[in-house]
Amino acid sequence: MRYMLMIYRDEKEWEGMSVQERGAVYQAAVDYCEALRPSGFYKGGDPLEPTRTATTVRMKGGKAVLTDGPFAETKEQLAGYTILEAKDLDEALAFVTRHPLVKAGFTIEVRPIREGPPK
Amino acid sequence: MRIEEIFRAEHGRILATLIRLVGGIDEAEEALQDAFATALEQWPTAGTPANPVAWLVSTGRHKAIDRLRRRALLVQKQDEIALHIEQSAAEDDVPVPEDRLRLIFTCCHPALTTEAQVALTLRTLGGLSTEEIARAFLVPAPTMAQRLVRAKAKIRTARIPYQVPLDDALTERLEAVMVVVYLVFNEGYAASFGARLVRHELCEQAIRLGRMLVELLPAHAEPQGLLALMLLHDSRRETRLDGSGDIVLLEDQDRARWDRAQIEEGAALVEAALRAGGRPPGPYALQAAIAAVHAQAPTAAATDWVQIAALYGVLARVHPSPVVELNRAVAVAMSGDIERGLAVVDEIDRQGEIVGYHLLPAARAELLRRLGRHVEAAESYRRALVLVGNEAERRHLEKRLREIVSLHNPQGES
Repeated sequence: MRYMLMIYRDEKEWEGMSVQERGAVYQAAVDYCEALRPSGFYKGGDPLEPTRTATTVRMKGGKAVLTDGPFAETKEQLAGYTILEAKDLDEALAFVTRHPLVKAGFTIEVRPIREGPPK
Repeated sequence: MRIEEIFRAEHGRILATLIRLVGGIDEAEEALQDAFATALEQWPTAGTPANPVAWLVSTGRHKAIDRLRRRALLVQKQDEIALHIEQSAAEDDVPVPEDRLRLIFTCCHPALTTEAQVALTLRTLGGLSTEEIARAFLVPAPTMAQRLVRAKAKIRTARIPYQVPLDDALTERLEAVMVVVYLVFNEGYAASFGARLVRHELCEQAIRLGRMLVELLPAHAEPQGLLALMLLHDSRRETRLDGSGDIVLLEDQDRARWDRAQIEEGAALVEAALRAGGRPPGPYALQAAIAAVHAQAPTAAATDWVQIAALYGVLARVHPSPVVELNRAVAVAMSGDIERGLAVVDEIDRQGEIVGYHLLPAARAELLRRLGRHVEAAESYRRALVLVGNEAERRHLEKRLREIVSLHNPQGES
């Protein structure tokens, strides 16, 4: 079963850290995930550029309207994602609770990926 | 045993085994309903089978296969599942203890809300109907039904596994299970609202679950402590409230009406838990040990408060909390040193972690009253009355306040 991890962080707080500090957190996360790529558990994932680079598209009056910025203004913003192939939720959660990003103050939401059309 | 009694007593065992055999909780619940409906039809004429539980499980399994076959006309995959269930050997029908353990760990999974954990546990292992659970928690039945549907859908969709956690996670997960069991017990015991009958059903359910944990996890000491704690509290059930529903304090309760058999069972469990457990013992075993000292005192005056204060001291180290500290302060005061007890209470008050907790000013008032400092005591009773939520407790505090005001002011001059 595939799960998506949505990784959140207060951007201001994150950008307040030095490049060295952020680099060390990034490297720890990359090492943690890549170790599980060969077994097929870690399917992939990426960090995202800050929400100030986001563009949101909505339909308004039959027309696609663009807005500068993220879908929702929240205290914590989506900072990255990961796709896992896990046996069950416990296996996915065991990976997430030990994740270096959680230890570094990120919040991770775990969602099962739906296969195919809505049921 | 009558069919209804079997339903209540064996619901958890049968359902847990059916979940293993047919896969999902919903499918297993349907199968169980079908099996009981068949029993109601057949047993009165054909007689109760020699092994009713095995009969119900295997009937349930066949009913599940029939249902899947009917649905298979629509969906190919269901037919494969039905075949799989049919081919599982008949000896799989025998309930194994592991089944119920798997079920309680699934119901008490930390990915579900605590409310949902409680409701699912009572529904599946306790065999309570949705309406009964709703009534016990003063929630409208449709809300409770929705809560159960949502929790079961999450188990299915997010694939919460139907398994006992592995050793390294077991202790932590067991703690979550015990929290749910104790929550059910306290909901029944606190009796802050609702009919007493419904509430006592919750205490019985919690004790039954506690017994199950002790039986199925013999290598763990804390379930013994938890079961002991519930048995010891419950042994005083009949004496805690008077005829008009007012609280009777521990020291004023009629000890002759305490349930002796339950106290003995609880005390034996406490000893077993303290002997088998880690050093220091776990919080449930320690609370049970304190309850045992109370339960075994022949009179209130003969209570060994020194030992109780010492046990609270250990508990405060294992499980530091201002509430535990407050209890320790009261025990210290009761062991003879009221001044020192009061000093501890004032220190907790200064730290301000439990400012909204009515028992803090209530305890302070009680100690001041015993010291004869009536004006300060009255002030503390008034503070407690602002915070108290439970009606019986409110009446008790009001009574104390009236007594003290009339003592201090016998002519009623003011």
